Amino acid sequence: MASTLTKAPPKKRPKHLSLHLIRLPLPGILSIMHRISGAALFLFLPVLLWLLDKSLDTEIGYDRVKGIFSLVIVKIVLAGLLWGFMHHFCAGIRYLFLDVHMGIDLPKARMSAAIVYFVSIPLTLLACWLLFI
Amino acid sequence: MSSNRIITGAHYGLRDWLGQRVTAVLMAFYTVLFVVVVLVKKPIDYLAWYGVFTPWWMKVATLTFLAALFYHAWVGMRDIWMDYVQHTGVRLVLQVGTIIYLVACGMWALKIFT
Repeated sequence: MASTLTKAPPKKRPKHLSLHLIRLPLPGILSIMHRISGAALFLFLPVLLWLLDKSLDTEIGYDRVKGIFSLVIVKIVLAGLLWGFMHHFCAGIRYLFLDVHMGIDLPKARMSAAIVYFVSIPLTLLACWLLFI
Repeated sequence: MSSNRIITGAHYGLRDWLGQRVTAVLMAFYTVLFVVVVLVKKPIDYLAWYGVFTPWWMKVATLTFLAALFYHAWVGMRDIWMDYVQHTGVRLVLQVGTIIYLVACGMWALKIFT
């Protein structure tokens, strides 16, 4: 703990804390999207649990959920949540590899961030296709 | 040293960080299991959909997944509150609210699968 007790002189670094000045690289975009998608899934937990509960409860409840799923606005929200899940899932797997120090260097980290998008977006489209059509 | 600690801090430990990773792996395996079961059973009506969750192992797996999800969400949401909410009182309210919200979701999940 000695290092925390001795204060290093403050380093002069450029600060760009205005959001419009920061140009996030792809891994940065992935990172904030990981956080936003996680928070969105958290907020929708009761809605998803309610849909699951109703759909399993009775046949009437199942038909009611089916009716709700047929609404365009619900489909849009569900597609958004599905994308949130797929992004969180794929980006999370990438983070697990980074945690064990695999793919740490910048070109590899950028490449794996791109792969997350190339996998999560088609997976979302596939899931939407299976659910809605 | 201890006087610098804040009441809504991160316990200064590895436990939650590791717990979030372990639950992530668990949930990833359940996701694959769920997709395989759905693709095999192709639940297109109520009885088939109900049938997805009738085997005891599917009930156990689903409840374990949901328990992992709620713990995972707690660690993630707490990280968000700690990063963006600097006022200790407000942060405490949000953290306690998050715990109540997730415990209530957990009780609901128990009700669905028992």
